[in-house]
Amino acid sequence: MDLLQAILQGVIVASTPLVFAAIGEVVAERSGVLNLGVEGMMIMGAIAGFAVTLDSGSYFAGVIAAALAGAAAATVFGLLTQYLMSNQVATGLALTIFGLGVAALIGQGYSGETTPPLPVLPIPLLSDIPFIGPILFAHDPLVYLSVILVFGVAWFLSRTRAGLILKAVGDNHDAAHAIGYRVVLVRMAAIAFGGASAGLGGAYLSIVQTPLWVENMTAGRGWIALAIVVFSAWRPARALMGAYLFGGVTLIQLHIQGLGVEIEAQYLSMLPYLVTIIVLAVISHDKARAKLNAPACLGRSFYASS
Amino acid sequence: MIRLEPRNDVSPAMAYLAPALAVLVTAVAGAAIFAALGKDPVEAMRLFFIQPLGDWFSISEMIVKATPLILIAIGLSFGFRAGVWNIGAEGQFTLGALAGGATGLAFYDVAGLWVLPLMCIAGALAGMAWAAIPALLRTRFNANEILVTLMLSYVAVLLLSVLVHGPLKDPDGFNFPESRLFHDSAILPILLEGTRAHVGFLASLAAVAVAWFVLGRHIFGFQVKVMGQAPRAARFGGFIENKVIWSCLLLSGGLAGLAGVFEAAGPVGQLVPAIPVGYGFTAIIVAFLGRLQPIGILIAGFVMALTYIGGETAQIEMNLPSAITGVFQGMFLFSLLGIDVFARYRLKRIRSAAQAAEGAS
Repeated sequence: MDLLQAILQGVIVASTPLVFAAIGEVVAERSGVLNLGVEGMMIMGAIAGFAVTLDSGSYFAGVIAAALAGAAAATVFGLLTQYLMSNQVATGLALTIFGLGVAALIGQGYSGETTPPLPVLPIPLLSDIPFIGPILFAHDPLVYLSVILVFGVAWFLSRTRAGLILKAVGDNHDAAHAIGYRVVLVRMAAIAFGGASAGLGGAYLSIVQTPLWVENMTAGRGWIALAIVVFSAWRPARALMGAYLFGGVTLIQLHIQGLGVEIEAQYLSMLPYLVTIIVLAVISHDKARAKLNAPACLGRSFYASS
Repeated sequence: MIRLEPRNDVSPAMAYLAPALAVLVTAVAGAAIFAALGKDPVEAMRLFFIQPLGDWFSISEMIVKATPLILIAIGLSFGFRAGVWNIGAEGQFTLGALAGGATGLAFYDVAGLWVLPLMCIAGALAGMAWAAIPALLRTRFNANEILVTLMLSYVAVLLLSVLVHGPLKDPDGFNFPESRLFHDSAILPILLEGTRAHVGFLASLAAVAVAWFVLGRHIFGFQVKVMGQAPRAARFGGFIENKVIWSCLLLSGGLAGLAGVFEAAGPVGQLVPAIPVGYGFTAIIVAFLGRLQPIGILIAGFVMALTYIGGETAQIEMNLPSAITGVFQGMFLFSLLGIDVFARYRLKRIRSAAQAAEGAS
């Protein structure tokens, strides 16, 4: 395998946590909920996945635990914002602070441990395609899952009745309520899905990518995932593209260092954050367009007056 | 069946009671966590909330921690009222410490009363400059300031790290990533002999007083409230929206930068990569806990400082992990936000249709 192939394959691995987190947030935001706690849910998934994988020896158990931990954290957010109508921005921040704390607390006994690498599962035939085969079709199962999830969500949102209801709730909760849809329940489900997905993203980081547990190891990826959602204009396939783009930037940073370019590591570490800011500014620039794409009820509390 | 019914006006009693109830809920939940960790919950609560109030040194340490929290939270509260979400105060704090500290180091060994004020100005300006980036991007490019401020705080921490590893490194420091210790003229005077409480606290008190005046008496306070409570009206007013965004971000950035200088020139006394310890994030909780009111923030700053000191005591005496402070702070904000609903809504028992029919017959 040549260098370019290795780099492109690496981009996919580096991006997968972002893919999971971003696609989950797309679903939550499409239902009208702005959950800023992605970072907190990711780190909860990271520690839950790591701890369970290490203790049980089963990746499957670890991955399930990560999804459940993310969903549980998201449910706390959901109860507060949907039933007690708390401010979504502030509650999301609280979730991030809380999640980082809880994960560090649980993770104490696990620092320095490591899990064996998740076996790669090349897809027969497809992985034999010259050049792109190894890049796209020789990965661990979670990478495939992330891509399946993205296209599953795309299909769900555009082709199923439930998906249309979810979007209706996000665009006009009063009308959706008047027709008889259970706005709060739909949103709770979307929030829980977002949490589970963010949890998977965190687990990918801790059990595949690193694979070890370090405090605050998500390092802002949850926030970058939020930016990717804006970048994607709330469309799943574009979120996938966005995640790969940002993952690529993270990877470039490592390769520049590898090439022996004389530049302090910290400057390179700034790259993903700076790129996020620039991309965000470019994408949001057209105010009318940004407004057109965003779910109309994003971030607004719903109170059923009748 | 019980359901929530909106109140006609926000209940002031509930709004002020909510923080106290939140403390209570957090204490109960915290006790449960301690019990789950196999520690005596009563003893832990005593160490957390009571012990630090018992001696003067702990109280002076509370002042040390409350100083940056109050200063930053006062700045943030204006933005939060107006719906301008600066959550990257940590970055503005770091930049302030960096610029203020670098100014102090530039005049190393130069004695003079003007050194400290110059450092403060440099720090506040640096904080403002860092906050001007999200202000510009929001007003000109419509970019979400939550994400921009947050991304910039990661950049700021990296910038501090690269500079203390390089140009600002102590030439006689055996290659440790630390600057020189500041000379006497660049160190904040101590407020209470024998403690670390410094004159920066007076600046925090002044900020509280000025904020109280501006919010109640000045046109800017009025504009901030209009934008938060009636954004459409503010938009029809046209001119104020961008102006309020700029003012709120510059104000919070400047105060956070000032808090950063105080931290560097006060308790730390040099530039190290570990100057940002999360005050910028905790200050968000302080602002909410203080109901976005200046006096409330003053009190809330001390309450949060207490959880820091109590957390440290509990860590040492009960062998608890440092992460416990974050868990507590998160629970605190959760319970506060949850309880807040009762200021805007009240519980009402409603009868089901069947019961209502029964009553009518």
